[in-house]
Amino acid sequence: MSQYPIKPEFVAEGKLSDNERLKAESDHLRGTITADLQNEITGGFTGDNFMLIRFHGMYQQDDRDIRAERAAQKLEPLHNVMLRARMPGGIITPTQWLAIDKFATDKTLYGSIRLTTRQTFQFHGVLKPHVKPMHQFLSSIGIDSIATAGDVNRNVLCTSNPVESELHQQAYQWAVQISEHLLPKTRAYAEIWLDEEKVETTETEPVLGEHYLPRKFKTTVVIPPHNDVDLHANDLNFVAIAEQGKLIGFNVLVGGGLAMTFGDTATYPRQAEELGFIGLEHVLKVAEHVVTVQRDYGDRVNRKTAKTKYTIDRIGLDNFRAEVEQRVGVSFAPVKPYQFTTRGDRFGWVEGIDGQHHLTLFIENGRILDFPNKPLKTGLAKIAQIHQGDFRMTANQNLIVAGVPASQKAQIEQLARDHGLIDDNHSEQRKNSMACVSFPTCPLAMAEAERYLPELVTKVEGLLTKHQLSDDHIVLRVTGCPNGCGRAMLAEVGLVGRAPGKYNLYLGGNRIGTRIPKLLLDNVAEAEILDTLDQLIGRWSQERQSGECFGDFVIRVGVVAEVKVSKTDFHA
Amino acid sequence: MLLSSLVAQASPLSESQLTQLQGLLSQLNPIQQAWVSGYLAANAQLAGQLPAGSSAAVVAPAASLTILYGSQTGNARHVAADIGNAASAQVYQVKVQDLAEYKNAHLKNERFLVIVTSTYGEGEPPENAISFYNFLFSKKAPQLAELHYAVLGLGDTSYEFFCKTAQDFDERLAALGAKALLSRADLDVDYAADAKKWQEALLKTLVPHFQQANTSSAAAPAPSVSSAAGQSYSKQQPFAAELYTNQKITGRDSTKDVRHIELSLAGSGLTYLPGDALGVYFNNDPALVRELLLLTGIASDTPVTLDEQQLSISQALTEHLELTQSYPAFVSRYATAIGHAELQTLAADKVALRQYLAERQIIDIVRDYPGTLSAQQLTDALRKQQPRLYSIASSQAEVEDEVHLTVGVVRYDAHGFPHLGGASGFLAERLAEGESIKVFVEQNNNFRLPENDDTPIIMIGPGTGIAPFRAFLQERDARGASGKNWLFFGNPHFTQDFLYQVELQNYLKQGVLTQLDVAFSRDTAEKVYVQHKLLQHGAAVWQWLEQGAHLYICGDGARMAKDVHHALLTIIQQHGSKDEKAAQQYLDQLRIAKRYQKDVY
Repeated sequence: MSQYPIKPEFVAEGKLSDNERLKAESDHLRGTITADLQNEITGGFTGDNFMLIRFHGMYQQDDRDIRAERAAQKLEPLHNVMLRARMPGGIITPTQWLAIDKFATDKTLYGSIRLTTRQTFQFHGVLKPHVKPMHQFLSSIGIDSIATAGDVNRNVLCTSNPVESELHQQAYQWAVQISEHLLPKTRAYAEIWLDEEKVETTETEPVLGEHYLPRKFKTTVVIPPHNDVDLHANDLNFVAIAEQGKLIGFNVLVGGGLAMTFGDTATYPRQAEELGFIGLEHVLKVAEHVVTVQRDYGDRVNRKTAKTKYTIDRIGLDNFRAEVEQRVGVSFAPVKPYQFTTRGDRFGWVEGIDGQHHLTLFIENGRILDFPNKPLKTGLAKIAQIHQGDFRMTANQNLIVAGVPASQKAQIEQLARDHGLIDDNHSEQRKNSMACVSFPTCPLAMAEAERYLPELVTKVEGLLTKHQLSDDHIVLRVTGCPNGCGRAMLAEVGLVGRAPGKYNLYLGGNRIGTRIPKLLLDNVAEAEILDTLDQLIGRWSQERQSGECFGDFVIRVGVVAEVKVSKTDFHA
Repeated sequence: MLLSSLVAQASPLSESQLTQLQGLLSQLNPIQQAWVSGYLAANAQLAGQLPAGSSAAVVAPAASLTILYGSQTGNARHVAADIGNAASAQVYQVKVQDLAEYKNAHLKNERFLVIVTSTYGEGEPPENAISFYNFLFSKKAPQLAELHYAVLGLGDTSYEFFCKTAQDFDERLAALGAKALLSRADLDVDYAADAKKWQEALLKTLVPHFQQANTSSAAAPAPSVSSAAGQSYSKQQPFAAELYTNQKITGRDSTKDVRHIELSLAGSGLTYLPGDALGVYFNNDPALVRELLLLTGIASDTPVTLDEQQLSISQALTEHLELTQSYPAFVSRYATAIGHAELQTLAADKVALRQYLAERQIIDIVRDYPGTLSAQQLTDALRKQQPRLYSIASSQAEVEDEVHLTVGVVRYDAHGFPHLGGASGFLAERLAEGESIKVFVEQNNNFRLPENDDTPIIMIGPGTGIAPFRAFLQERDARGASGKNWLFFGNPHFTQDFLYQVELQNYLKQGVLTQLDVAFSRDTAEKVYVQHKLLQHGAAVWQWLEQGAHLYICGDGARMAKDVHHALLTIIQQHGSKDEKAAQQYLDQLRIAKRYQKDVY
């Protein structure tokens, strides 16, 4: 199947997983989705289509809060669809914003726009009759959701750095090009959702392959010193290297990823590793062939160990690199020096080198909705009505009003303040905390995350205050399952859901997101978590070295061991 | 001619034979005499001693009484059966029959005919009487100079066309030359006592006719009135069924509150068939009773007499009297009792009164016109509670000694107050699981699955009209019936109002349901109803009909059943290449063949 000679020793042996059958039989991701759209008896998708719609950027979900209630009512779960848009680099125009704002209000069960850690927006709660019109509507404003989920390369992230505008513009263009280069070539999306004509050609997928990738695949373009995209959560990372403000190439890092399976020590969160430096002329080919090597050697037998990180650990980084070099026809140069100093967003106004102004708004949990006394969604719509620049969704679920002329600063700030989009009472702790969506919509959720985070932060704020650290913060992340969306596996304090009200507590990540934390407490309730944090924050307050962050402290004093090599250290 | 006056000259008997016979007759009561008469006639024929037709006096057809009923809810059937039972004790041959089963050609041979009928919708005959009604008003109707008849109408004075069908029958039979045995009675919802009086009057006029007509004729000794089910529990003696389950089956955001109710019939011996209904008696809302007593200034423990029994007014109101359905008679009685001139004027204006009563319960009238009256006056002003009938939503082949209902809770705000239906409110809100409700089984032979399990069926049941079809599907599933099953269902919203969605999905998966088409009227810009879905699948519907499919409609009779009927006519015209009249005839034929059955309300 591959156009390259396959080394059998690198191929995982065994019976292919059912997802492989599904992809092979899907007629290039078409399945029988069209028939399901006609089916008026269920609000869900049936059989393989349940998985296939993911390749079109959607997940079938249901309102889990009322699942049992509806079962008693002899009603099926309240099936609906979550849509994740493809917005490489997270840039969206005010016109587009106003359109999605209206759609969210009119056609979704939750009426919200959700900014996500994939630097894009999601609609939650779209009922089946609205799904096809939704894609047509998005298409009309220049947005699609192709391959934002499923076993493909997903939405490509790019550091949100409006200050160094020229460098960001170059990096952003690469993010867009990489995204498009790695898209599926099938016309299934256009045919199914946009009613485009079926063209009688022999469809092939030269990059992703006829059976697509073994597992999801995530790519970033990151501009040091900001690691806002959390590169270690991604399979493939292009670290921008500039000289005199001009982009000259990228250090390429591969094999990051945070997902794991509880109880399976063959799975673990893992940092990305360096392949080397490449010039701009090779970017697309390198991206393509990291993908094709993973395509050909990723584990298609066991989906739990199918991601790039396991492929690299199984065949070795050098072999992986050699395969890529051979296919691209170029050798990686040694990595150029680079350094990360920050990961969080810089809230408030900053002025770019081009003289434009940029306002970063903290959006708690990324949930844009009109809350009581906090009409965030209305406020953003009002800003969009007058804003002349663009909006930038960040990988930390926040939003930048970018490209504001000095003359409009005051007006936009006033709108933001009037609608609760700027709240001076938000602590550093709150601004550095994050959660995935979890309940009630995510089918994988084991415990609350988004809905729990605000009160957890308040309690942690209390602990910091108690120990005279109220101006400091800990990178705190909660995720409802071990799948990784909330990136708790790169937090200083990470909570990963086990069961309602129960979490695993991981400690020891660092501020800039280059270290995987380690398990301290298994399957515990809030009280025990807070007791533990109370003691440790107390010790941190007393015993910390100058400027020492919490994650570094707990490792230095031996509360948890440092995870250096995930494969050996994480479960040790 | 009486047997006692027979003389030898007028008979083939010898003097001694005649004496012996008269001696025997003096010891026999009329029924024994009738039996002997029939016995001897049959005996003679069997012995071949008597050529058929040789003696009119012996073998002439016995004068018989035919009692026909046109019934929508079963009340007319019950009254007809009661009359039949009473008559069979006094006259010789009684036949009680559903109008739908009556052979119209027999009408010209009838001598004594009683019709008990309700009226449906806007003055139309009930479903099972349509064929007879059309025949009677057609040119084919025979002259009926020999016929003696009586008509009893059952109805509800809150409807504009109160007892219209009974009036129509009465006038038409008279026009065809038939003689009325007694004048027609039009009875309101609390008909029981008046029906009994009418029955007694009827028998009083009938018996002399029969004594004349049957003087020397043979008669069947045993009345052919069969008891409805041979069960000891009945409408008069309902069974206290325990509530197992009261489950709301509309979603939390639904505008409707529909309950799936499961009751236990364990130990009752009650049985039912898919298509039957369950009659339920209920207690009125105690809050409603308290408010009524407060407004009328009556103490709750004031004793009153109801049906010759003494009980407290609050018990009478809670357990025996009708409070949630209003009716004209109450308004006039109440207006008189409280001496309210304005209300009396309203009570006299039938059109205005009907409008006034449209959305009002008894309590609304009293709220509008509070006044004081005695507890007994209030009791007498109100009519007795009538049981409510619900189409049964289960098959005993699946649920054994349970019975399931699909109950739409009547709940609305009007005139500044929330309102709750009587029976539906009792079942949904006041009856706790484990408590009991009085029930009886009401047969409905006009809503039955085909006898042949291979016959395809098309079921049209939007809203709670789905109830009997759940029973049909359970039954056909349990029987392993191979006939195809097609269900049309509709309601406002897919996510909230898809009654029994998961069960129906499973029936589809298992193949018990061949096809399921749904219309959710409020999900789309243009409202889509079941009739639109039928039209959309017109070609297939026609094909099924030509394959012998039986058609069933259950649910709202005011609009849905009519719209569906018109859709069916359109389909038959379009796909059967028929004109409107031929299409109508096609549907008529289906109805006569019992292939087009309705259970509408």
